[in-house]
Amino acid sequence: MPTKQSLTQKNIRLSERAIEKILLLAGISSVVLIGLIFIFLFKEAVFFFQTASPFDLIGKWVYDEWASKNIFNMMWQAVSKIPKYSLVPLICGSFLVAFPATLISAVIGIGCAIYLSEIASNKTRETLKPTLELLAGIPSVVLGFFMLAVVATVVQNLLGTKFRLNAFVGSLGTALCVLPIIITISEDALRAVPKELRDASYALGATKWQTIFGTVLPAAISGISAAVILGFGRALGETMIVVMATGNAALITLNIFSSVRTMTANIAAELGAVAQGSEHYYALFVVGSVLFAFTFILNIFSEIILSGMRRKLRM
Amino acid sequence: MDEQNNVEMLEERVSPSLKKIVKEKEPLVTHQTDLLPKINVQNLNVYYHTTQALKQIEIQIKPQRVTALIGPSGCGKSTFLRTLNRMNDTISGARAEGTVMIDGVNIFAPNINVVALRRLVGMVFQKSNPFPKSIFDNVAYGLRVHGIKDSNNLQERVEESLIKSALWEEVKDRLHESAMALSGGQQQRLCIARALAVNPEIVLMDEPASALDPISTAKIEELIHVLKRDYTIVIVTHNMQQAARVSDWTAYFYMGSLVEYGETKKIFTAPDKKETEDYITGRFG
Repeated sequence: MPTKQSLTQKNIRLSERAIEKILLLAGISSVVLIGLIFIFLFKEAVFFFQTASPFDLIGKWVYDEWASKNIFNMMWQAVSKIPKYSLVPLICGSFLVAFPATLISAVIGIGCAIYLSEIASNKTRETLKPTLELLAGIPSVVLGFFMLAVVATVVQNLLGTKFRLNAFVGSLGTALCVLPIIITISEDALRAVPKELRDASYALGATKWQTIFGTVLPAAISGISAAVILGFGRALGETMIVVMATGNAALITLNIFSSVRTMTANIAAELGAVAQGSEHYYALFVVGSVLFAFTFILNIFSEIILSGMRRKLRM
Repeated sequence: MDEQNNVEMLEERVSPSLKKIVKEKEPLVTHQTDLLPKINVQNLNVYYHTTQALKQIEIQIKPQRVTALIGPSGCGKSTFLRTLNRMNDTISGARAEGTVMIDGVNIFAPNINVVALRRLVGMVFQKSNPFPKSIFDNVAYGLRVHGIKDSNNLQERVEESLIKSALWEEVKDRLHESAMALSGGQQQRLCIARALAVNPEIVLMDEPASALDPISTAKIEELIHVLKRDYTIVIVTHNMQQAARVSDWTAYFYMGSLVEYGETKKIFTAPDKKETEDYITGRFG
């Protein structure tokens, strides 16, 4: 090769390496950002424990004037003569919204994913999928508004609930948010099941239903579980809808038709109004850290399950 | 074709398993003669959308024999194989015309129960495709699909199938471990066991050894030799030596047509057609 050409080749190699480095930087930046958010959140949260004890996050002995004795108080009453920072009602509220929301969207979403990947014709799928993805594009404030203004009334009229805004209305709205996630990931999991497995089942004389329930679903079950776990994480993190539709009363209850306050709604409602550096301010960061820890663990779980499925299906 | 000509109802002469492939009490339309080919294909045309994949195929496949289908890639031999158990039904846009008679019953007739047909005509695929389940559950799958729930019966038939497919000795101590942990050759024999478990009369094999090492291939070929005592076997292969070794009859396909069909001995020593000879001797393809 003439020397001229090798010179230009060297230049190409240089620019290629530069591009590689830039892309690497872009890839790392998201990891760094997550790390920074993590550190910031926990750093602020730690300040809370300078003035309060970790035990305060569960409850506090407070003198009750009516009962004339100390009673164990598990409440979130940050603005009060004796501020109380119990996370119990908030965690309770979060789960009371997220569990039913995940349940509703899992039932509908998995059914929908089965329909899309196994039954629908290409034409149907091509119209149905973008429509479902449109659902993911609706701003959650619009969904919240819809829940608050329309669905809450309908639910109250139908079920005669005591509170118009309650955990159930919130979870219906959250289910709409979670649905696209569960559908998309479950459908991917179902479609990742090799055609050879379906063929094997059909060749043994199995019907379509036997093939779906005997072969395709069991092979995709870990992917579907991961979808549900991720959906649950999303439901825990949903904020706007629950702020608007759950009534925001920090109660410890298992009644799904009671008003509740979730961790997310609590932060959204209060963080804008607290003095920076106050105990209340740091308490909200503790709530945020707990929420972050929950969703982080759920995400790791689903990632482990998904990689397990990929290993299992590698043939 | 024979619906019009001298047709007779010979229900009592038809094997009991065959009766199940006809959905209801429709009379069975069969030939009168006893010397029926197991599979009799007349005027078969298969299309994928508008492309014609098979043209005017006429072939009679003998019972308890191994018939090899050979030909270059894309010649239609796999399509033909998949027509015999109507697996092409699962491909959208695939369409078949003509008649394929199995024991005298046209499998394209509207009253045919495809599920029962596929039980009668088992299939082994090119790539071994065990379910991501245990070895036992793989073999039991077809039985369970056909409604067998009794665990003693399942146990018995799983064992029987694994013995038939020469896998029993290797797996009897780990029946409940994952089938994915088996070697490629073992997986393919497991797929054969799975196909045999539902008691088929015909076994279709689509290049069953093409992804295997020579030792595993030899085991599969040996197995085919043994199995032809009980089953009618149709095998697609790219390997000429394999076709010569395992088959009794050979069909050469080219561009969707059946060029030549005859006894393997004859096809490989003195074929009638020049194209067949060219292909077999490697001058083409």
